[in-house]
Amino acid sequence: MSIEWYIVLSSLLFATGAIGILLRRSPIVILLCLELMLNAGNLALVAFSRMVGNGQGQVFALVVMVVAACEVVVGLGLIVAIFRRRLPLDVDELTELRG
Amino acid sequence: MSATAWAWLVLLLPLLGSIVVALGFRAIPARVAGIVGTAAVGLAFVCALAVLFNLLGDEPEARHHASALWTYAGAAGLDIQLGIYVDQLSAFMILVVTGVSALIHLYSFGYMRSDEGYHRFFSYLNFFVFSMLLLVLAGNFILLIVGWAFVGFASYALISFWYRRTTATGAGMKAFVINVVGDIGLVLAAFLIFRELGTFDYGAVFAQAPDVFDRGGWTITAICLLLLVGAFAKSAQIPFHTWLPDAMEGPTPVSSLIHAATMVTAGVYLIARTHVLFYLAPTAADIAAFVGLGTLLIAGTIAIAQTDLKRAIAYSTMSQIGYMIMGVSIGAYAQGLFHLMTHAFFKALLFMTAGSIISAMANRQDIDRMSGFWRAMRFTSICLVIGGLALAAFPLTSGFFSKDSILAYAEARGGIYEWMAIGGYVGALLTAIYTFRLVFRVLPGEPCKEAQHLIDTGELYHGPPINPASEEEEDTEIGFPGAHHHIAEQSWPMAVAMGALAFGALFAGLIQVPGVDNVLFGFLEPAFEGSPLAAIHPEVGAEWRGLAIGGLISIVGIALSWYLWVARPQLPALFRERLRPVYLLCLNKWYFDEAIELLVVRPALAIGRFANDVFERVVVDGIVSGTKEAVGDAGGIVRTVQSGFVRSYALLLIAGFAGLALYFLLRAT
Repeated sequence: MSIEWYIVLSSLLFATGAIGILLRRSPIVILLCLELMLNAGNLALVAFSRMVGNGQGQVFALVVMVVAACEVVVGLGLIVAIFRRRLPLDVDELTELRG
Repeated sequence: MSATAWAWLVLLLPLLGSIVVALGFRAIPARVAGIVGTAAVGLAFVCALAVLFNLLGDEPEARHHASALWTYAGAAGLDIQLGIYVDQLSAFMILVVTGVSALIHLYSFGYMRSDEGYHRFFSYLNFFVFSMLLLVLAGNFILLIVGWAFVGFASYALISFWYRRTTATGAGMKAFVINVVGDIGLVLAAFLIFRELGTFDYGAVFAQAPDVFDRGGWTITAICLLLLVGAFAKSAQIPFHTWLPDAMEGPTPVSSLIHAATMVTAGVYLIARTHVLFYLAPTAADIAAFVGLGTLLIAGTIAIAQTDLKRAIAYSTMSQIGYMIMGVSIGAYAQGLFHLMTHAFFKALLFMTAGSIISAMANRQDIDRMSGFWRAMRFTSICLVIGGLALAAFPLTSGFFSKDSILAYAEARGGIYEWMAIGGYVGALLTAIYTFRLVFRVLPGEPCKEAQHLIDTGELYHGPPINPASEEEEDTEIGFPGAHHHIAEQSWPMAVAMGALAFGALFAGLIQVPGVDNVLFGFLEPAFEGSPLAAIHPEVGAEWRGLAIGGLISIVGIALSWYLWVARPQLPALFRERLRPVYLLCLNKWYFDEAIELLVVRPALAIGRFANDVFERVVVDGIVSGTKEAVGDAGGIVRTVQSGFVRSYALLLIAGFAGLALYFLLRAT
């Protein structure tokens, strides 16, 4: 199977995630979409790694997974904290950082 | 121990005294602070004697030593040592400074004992003496400037000692500002010397100067004129003299210290120290001599019209410093320093007696209110007469020999300087008149209210505390002089100090009697041996002729004064009526304060106001607030992007990355 298929799939995944972030307002869904984008990147990395023929890209993919795990911990923690303070779970309502 | 080691001790002791008294003011009782301060300067005097004896052990030609503790400032081509220079001149100066200052400390021990700021006073006093010693012992121009500026600060602190008195703080500021003008002159002179010679060190500068500079050249004349600005400001010569009479706002021992042994003699010392440079710049030296002559005459006329006891003596100081400046400028180095020494004795004594009388007058200084103190305060009166006789150069007193030695030298040098000698004799007549005007108005006659109170009860008269300058009533708390004063008759430290100075004022001249002995000049002259001017010596016969004329003038002046203020007391009032313009001129100090106000202060204020109104408000504020507004407006534009909507941020991010990706894609193809 040529590399193009992997790249196309990766791009589709990334685009799905990006559109999800832009369109959805629930923080949980946004977090899911972020994961989708990261994994699109992972897929591309692994594919390129196999094309080139060494393991460096796969190591990068592992690092990205760790970062993603950390990010989910922080993100979910934030969501729980927002929920506990009885704030609306809607990113459009959370605009306190307006300049 | 070597001479320089003792000299370092001389420098160290007053500094230590100042620090100990200043830091320990809570722990040390007031009496002990006074003892520490006095002992520090007293021991410094003993060390100065050790310096002298060490120097006397050397050959006369080898009596100069330099010593450095460490490098004070080092840079490319610049090597300034923290060094002192001990020769006959500095040894003489430290002896006079520490000797007279020690007696003034002793006097203050009694005089200031009821003051709330006793520790502060002794700390300042010791620091003042340290600064003056640093000035005279410095081995290069940089340390000289350091000492010079320290003296300026110390005088500010002491003149403003009673800091709640607005007149005193004003006088302190005036002294400080005028002294800083002098500092600028001195600093610029040092820069010029460094530019031409590449060194600040005394030995190197004086050795190279005759080879580098042409006699009468522009550069050396500029250097000497700038040095003179410094010397005039410190020594209160016209037109930098107006701070000196105002400095009388300080406590009387301060007047005694500033006016007798220390500060005002700094200019005389500076000219004597840099005599090599002044020989190369005859124009500058002549200007200095004429300023000295002018100062001694003008100050003499002002002193006749003043009614404030201390101010009258202050103008007499100016006048006597004029003699010294004239002397060292025309080449009478040893003679000028001789007068410096005798003047230190009798002027310190006169201020001390004035302090004693002012104490008895409950802090009033107006001689119109004083009379009859001969019967009330015998010891003080005798001291006043002795000091007056020495100041008026009465035959065989110290001032008689010292003043006439300067004038005899001026005559011997001939030419235009002979006229200076004549001017000096006119000044001597004025001196005798104004000195004994004070004596005759304060001592004889019916005792005034305060003196009568002292005779009747044996206690001092206590009026409400007042400011003698403005006649306002004052508080008695710290920062004011308070209501309790002390006189020499009831305080042994004051009496001892005055007695010692009276002895000096009477007999110090006997170490240098023409044709009889040559103690002082014999010691000092090797320090000036390279100078052709110092080689001029008046003949003994001419000197005695000068002494005879001087003695006669002094007696005539005293007799005239007696006639005017004792025998015919209505005459002075008549003179005041007939010669009203002259009287007003002298009473108002020749309008120098007004002239300086008009020529310097007002234009400076106008420039300041212009700079504030136009430059500061329009230009500086324009730039500053313009920058601020530009940044603020730019921020306002950027702020609209910060909407707070997370999804719009995400859109921006993705759009930005997409744009970047597109750009690189296009470039790659």
